Parts: sequence; C-alpha cells; structure tokens
Amino acid sequence: MATINVKLKIWRQAGPKETGHFETYDVTTDTDTSFLETLDILNEQLVQKKQEPVAFDSDCREGICGMCSLYINGHPHGPATGATTCQLYMRRFNEGETITVEPWRSAAFPVIKDLIVDRNAFDKIQQAGGYVSFNCGGAQDANDLPISKIKADMAMDAATCIGCGACVAACKNGSAMLFVSAKVSQFALLPQGQVERARRARRMVKKMDELGFGNCTNTGACAAECPKNISLSNIARLNREFIKAKCSD
Amino acid sequence: MELNKTTDGLVIPAADSKIPEGPVAEKWTNYKAHQKLVNPANKRRLDVIVVGTGLAGASAASTLAEMGFNVLNFCIQDSPRRAHSIAAQGGINAAKNYQNDGDSVYRLFYDTVKGGDYRAREANVYRLAEVSNNIIDQCVAQGVPFAREYGGLLANRSFGGAQVSRTFYAKGQTGQQLLLGAYSSLNRQIELGKVKSFNRYEMHDVVMVDGRARGIIAKNLVTGKFERFAAHAVVLATGGYGNTYFLSTNAMGCNCSAAIAAYRKGAYFANPAFVQIHPTCIPVHGDQQSKLTLMSESLRNDGRIWVPKNIEDAKKLQAGTIKGSDIPEEDRDYYLERRYPAFGNLVPRDVASRAAKERCDKGFGVNNTGLAVFLDFSDAINRLGIDQVRQRYGNLFDMYEEITDVNPGEFACNKNGVDYYNPMMIFPAIHYTMGGLWVDYELQTSITGLFAIGECNFSDHGANRLGASALMQGLADGYFVLPYTIQNYLSDQITVPRFSTDTPEFEEAEKACIEHEKALLAIQGNRSVDSIHKELGHIMWEYVGMGRTKEGLELALSKLKELRKEFETNLYVPGTQEGMNNELDKAFRLNDFITMGELIAYDALNRNESCGGHFREEYQTEEGEAKRDDEHFFYVSCWDYAGNDNAAPTLIKEPLHYEAIKVQTRNYKS
Repeated sequence: MATINVKLKIWRQAGPKETGHFETYDVTTDTDTSFLETLDILNEQLVQKKQEPVAFDSDCREGICGMCSLYINGHPHGPATGATTCQLYMRRFNEGETITVEPWRSAAFPVIKDLIVDRNAFDKIQQAGGYVSFNCGGAQDANDLPISKIKADMAMDAATCIGCGACVAACKNGSAMLFVSAKVSQFALLPQGQVERARRARRMVKKMDELGFGNCTNTGACAAECPKNISLSNIARLNREFIKAKCSD
Repeated sequence: MELNKTTDGLVIPAADSKIPEGPVAEKWTNYKAHQKLVNPANKRRLDVIVVGTGLAGASAASTLAEMGFNVLNFCIQDSPRRAHSIAAQGGINAAKNYQNDGDSVYRLFYDTVKGGDYRAREANVYRLAEVSNNIIDQCVAQGVPFAREYGGLLANRSFGGAQVSRTFYAKGQTGQQLLLGAYSSLNRQIELGKVKSFNRYEMHDVVMVDGRARGIIAKNLVTGKFERFAAHAVVLATGGYGNTYFLSTNAMGCNCSAAIAAYRKGAYFANPAFVQIHPTCIPVHGDQQSKLTLMSESLRNDGRIWVPKNIEDAKKLQAGTIKGSDIPEEDRDYYLERRYPAFGNLVPRDVASRAAKERCDKGFGVNNTGLAVFLDFSDAINRLGIDQVRQRYGNLFDMYEEITDVNPGEFACNKNGVDYYNPMMIFPAIHYTMGGLWVDYELQTSITGLFAIGECNFSDHGANRLGASALMQGLADGYFVLPYTIQNYLSDQITVPRFSTDTPEFEEAEKACIEHEKALLAIQGNRSVDSIHKELGHIMWEYVGMGRTKEGLELALSKLKELRKEFETNLYVPGTQEGMNNELDKAFRLNDFITMGELIAYDALNRNESCGGHFREEYQTEEGEAKRDDEHFFYVSCWDYAGNDNAAPTLIKEPLHYEAIKVQTRNYKS
C-alpha cells in the first residue's frame, strides 16, 4: 500500500443539452484503492468545498452489473484488460500521472450528465428479440433436454456479456455488433433458441440499425476492450445467422 | 389488522398469517385448489405496480404480464438487468435429487428450517422447497446456460448447511444468468406492451387510498421530477437493508427506502436483527473503501479455512515477517474441521463467521489488522491439479488477484515434499438481510394491497439463510408464488375502475416528497452524505454487528439518536431539485438507513437469545455456540411504526408453530 498523487482530467457537462468541457483535479489516493473510490475521494473534496460532485454511474463494484462505464486514457474501462472500471486499482497508474476521464462517446448513448450516458438503446435491442418466447409454468423437466457441455459452455461464454457498452464506445463506427452477437449466439447455440432463431437475428439487427448504431467493419476493437472477453467469433456467427435468416425470408 | 392483546403483549391472530389448513406438505396444493382466480377479460383491466427488477421483481413482473395483468415496473438503475441479484455468484438450490444422494423436497425444507435456526415460518419454507424444482425447469426453458456434465445433463455442487449436492450453477455467475433469464422474459412483455418499464426511477412513497395501497410516488432520477402512479396493487421487490452498515457486499445503490416508506405507512417490519454476515469476503483494507467483495461460498467446497496453531506465528503474520505458505501443515489449525467434523468447512454462514471472529478475537488473525483468516486451496490443487481448480473458480481467483495483487493459485513453496500455494485472506462481512417487511402466506404485508417479495420480505430464511437459497427464494416468489396469491386479492378488485392520480391522496403524498427533499437541501451544514453514512456504518458494525450485548445495543441507540441530529442539522447536499442530483438521492436514502439502524438495534435488544445471525454475547454455551431460548422467543418480532422517527416502535409478535419439524438445538458437529 502506497500513497499516489494523480491529476484527474474529467469531462464535465451539466446536462444533456449543455456544452461540456474538461476540468483537472489533483487527488491523493492509495495504490490499493480502486479508481472509482478515487473518484469518491474527489467528490468528497468537492462537496467539502461546496462544489458540484462529478456524476458517474456505478453499482455492484465487482465487475458484473455493467453499470460503470468511463473512457479512461483512451480505453473503455481503462488500461486493464478483461476488467471493468470498478475493478481497476490505482496501482495501474504512475505517480503524478494525468488521467483523462470521459463518458462513452457514441451517437446512440447521449450524455445525461458529466460521465453518465443513456444506454436505453441496449434494452430496446433486447426487447426486439433477446428471449425465448416461453410463458412461466409450462416447462418440462430440466434434464429432459440434454445439451452438449461444449455447446452449453460456448453459450455461457456469450451470455456473460454485461451490457456495459464498452464495445460501442471502443468502435470507431459506434457499432453494437458484439453486444447483439453475444445474445444471438447464446440462443443460436442452445436448443431452446432454435424456433425463433431467424426471427431473432432479423429483428435484433433491424432494431440496432434503427437506433443509430454504426456498421461493423471487423476492426476488432470491441473484443479487445470487452471487460468480459466476449469473442469476435460471435460477430461471425451473427453474420451467418443474419444471412441465413434473410435467405429464408 | 385487529391484534390480540395478551399477557405476552400484542400478538398477530393466527388467522391473519393465512396459513392454509392441512399437513404441511399439502398446504400449497390446497391453497391453489381453493384460491380465487381472475378471468382473462378482467386481468386486462387490472394494473399492478412492481418496484424493483431483481430476481423477484423481474420474474414477478414478467409472469404477471404473461398472465394478462398490466404491469408498471420500476428500477433505480439505467436498465432492469443491473439489479443486484446479478452479483450472486455461487448457485441456486433445488430438490431435484439428480445426483441420487438422498435429496428430497422434505430434506431441502428441513435443511432450510434448521439452517435458519428454527425462526422461519414453516409453511412458507415448505412451499419454497416444493417449487424449487419448477424454477430450474423454468430457467432451462428460458435458455439459462447452467453448467452441465459431458452427458449433457445438469451439474451440481455443494453449499453450506447441506450434506447433498443440490446447487445448480453457471460458473461463478449464477445470479447474472438467472437475472438475464428473467430480464429476457421481461423484455418480451415490454415489447408486447404488457409491461411498462421505468428505468432510473426511485420510489419515494406508497400512496394510500381508503386504507389500501393504491399507488406510488416515484422520482425520475434524470429530470428530478416526482411522478404519480396508480394501480390496483403494489408489489415491493426492493431487496434488503445491508447497506445500513455502509460497508457490505451490496451494490452502491442498494437501499431500504421503499421498505421504510411502507413501514412508515403502517407495514410491520419483521425480524430486522436477523442480518447475515458472510464468512468469505475480502478483508477491509482502508478508510476509503466503498464496498466489500464477496468470494463465493462455493470456494468452501475445495478451500480449507485455517489460522496458525501457535500465537507466535500469528504475530509474525501480522507483522508481515512471514507468509501463510511458510507455515507447514502441522502448525495449521483448520478450526472449522476441528470444531464441526460432520460439516467441516461447509457449516452454515453464521457458524463460519462467528468461528472466524472467535479466532481473530483470540489474536490469531493473519493480516496486519488481525482481522482475517486463510482460505487455502493447496490441498485441492495437489489433488485435482491447478487446471481443474481454475476451471471451477478461475473467475473468482482473478477477481481476488485484481483486488489484492495476490494470485491464490500461484505456487509458493515446497516443504517436506508438500506443495503449498498462496492462500486467500478472508473475513466476514455484511451480506444479506433475512429480516424484512412482514408478509402473510400470500406475501401481502400488513397494508392491504401491498405485497413484498424476495429479500424485501422476511418469511423463509429465519435467523440465517443458507447459501444458494436467496436466488431460489427470489425466483420462487416471483415466478410461482406471488402470481397466484395476488389473484386472491385482485379477484375482489375487478369492479374497481382504473384510478386517477388527480386525487387529494396523491397530491398530498407528492407534496410531502417534494418538501422532504427541500428540507434536506435547506440544511446547508458541513458534512457530506457519505461521511455521515460511514459513521452510521461504524456504529452498526461495532455494536450491532457479529457480537451484540445489551450495553452495546443501548449505547448504539443513543449514538444513533445523536447521529440523526447530526444528519438533520449538519448535512450538506449540493445542487438543486432540478435535474440529476446523486447527492440528494443518497441523502434521501441515508435518512431511511438511520431509521433502519435503529430498528435493527431495537430488535436485537429485545431478542434476549442467540440464534442464527443474531448473536448476543450474554447468551452462549460454554463452547461458544449460540444459545437459543425457544420458551421466550419462539416468535417473529414485528415492529410497528410509532408515527415519528424519534419514538420507539411497538413490538408485535407472530408466534411460530411447527408441525412437521421437531424444534431442536442445531448441531453441525456430528
């Protein structure tokens, strides 16, 4: 445990329609303290000075809820790989370093305040088809449906997506393909998802396009920055699913 | 509710708990056979508000909508998918007996009642065990990718307090997968227009019309505006109150304000003292810490908990001159295996937490603060190889390393031919709250038309919850219990037309919410919300935490009074009511956390016994085990609001009746 001094260069924006700007703050923190706890320290200082604290999203602080975001030094969720912002510890930074902190930058994720963006578009894509149409109550015994362990594990790997939006923030086109492909893949790999397989791919892609996300040019920045290491192969699968669906139209 | 006045104080009449007739195994079947239903045409005319989108809230909202009711669903996060159920790691219990190891509905029921130290309501627990199997079927049908064996069938693992393997899991992310399953069903209903979803909305109050819950006042957290919502029934699925302690494994936003709003409107708060302290969390490292991270109980399947046998070794560990791996096998005290040979490292959480505290209190703690014990995987790695151990717990090992900079799977040294690996350091932390709003068998609170489900209610876990049972209860309530029982209430409401919110009741309630926020902003003192919340946490952990005494609890109550005064006179909230103001929202919640802290302390002070998570130091055996007092405390303690936050609440008792299970002293030794 050691003390560390950093400069936080943070995007401040009072509201959705206001003009934003960067402000720089000096903060003394600790190498074993998390990045978000360092923002807590900054906010405590600001409140002490009767100034408006920095608004940022965070909830579980253990890397699973997908609430936290932040574009830190040019990377969604900061310099660590396979981790969210809330799992980022100050030992990753150097003494005296200036750390630039921005909100997700994407047309589909408008800024609400400071570092908080509106990710409602992700829910809308899921509503378009990210489910098995099944009413509670009528299920068969769970073990009546054997599923290959390999397929189940692949489905699980796709299903670990936390819907944080880092893939969109990382993409130069602001594409949501990795996010959409994760859900489409989960169900394409499982027997439960077969009946609605074509409809799902068609509808989720259509909704994604409608909501202002960009196109995919296979750059791979999304998978490189994904805190849950969702694989780019899911995008390939989504493309296949989409083409198959279109052919069956 | 008309209460019975007895020599023993105020008592809830047996009929008001609405426990159905018949043997415990037939009660739920009998209930469903005779309950009132609502026909499809009438369902379309009935609106239900569901507050919360965790496992209980999302499953209830989607299932009610599938049945045909119109649902208004609220969450404080930016998406229903982020509710804190998502963070549950280990698994979900069900009595499938797929492993052929002797499991049954009765055994799950029995383990849950025993695990809860005989303070749960028997009929509710049996129903929970009964529907547990349906949950697994439901989740598989939704496409939840549970762990499987190579033959394609579902895999299981063991959890504390059980001698069978009945826990279903999806890596270390079971809560996430179950919640995303419920979220997917919810999304389907949103798309179909049966659920209206309100994200970044926080419920501030319940609106009462003619003695019934008829709606809520919720704040749009983006615009800062209050809005009115009416419905035929209101369901709270707003989770527990663990964040009263400031540091807990709960998410930052978890709060008890919805439950406390109901309590202030007349809903009884039951067993608030029953708070679960989870034994395997990463120890506190400093003053700036914002939360504690849980390491799943599933680690106790293969991890062994120990401290040094010799106090000299402990002192060296505390001074940092030696490491855990420097201490050879023969000098290690695997104290759970020593004290509880039958269950070993898999004793229930309350027992494991207290045993850790006992060792640390005696000076055997293993880190610089003396408040940590080791959780060691050397044995498992030597037996199974690192690959298989990582396959089981890899994401937890990575999480541990990211936080502490220590890799628990890393080879440390070889001593006398035995390989030792870096152990984890763990310590107990506030995790779950068994207490909650009092509900009857139908999950209705003491306010007509107001229901509470999931962690928000009190009924199933008694004084201690077993691992992997929170997910089970949340989904049982939401998928299989509430959607039935609420119809018994709604069947009387079919002739009641949709309500207007332009009534004096709604106007008054909204005005009170606005005025309350204005008052918080007007204090203009010198202290931030967090600094007062941290102080609350210190008081709670010190005096109302793992070891409680009469003197300590009395002191806590007087300190909490002073803290409330500090809050009311020296709080500083920046900004205005316009637009997003996180500090203002946190201040609103902190006011309720202080009320909650007092409730916990009052209940703990009243309960002159030790049971489950409630340990009163005056009441223990010579061996340091909890000493229950069934003669005087075999009841649910329900607290009735006194009309203002400064007065003590009134105690009302619901006596417990056990028919199928013989009440006895818990034994995990043999």
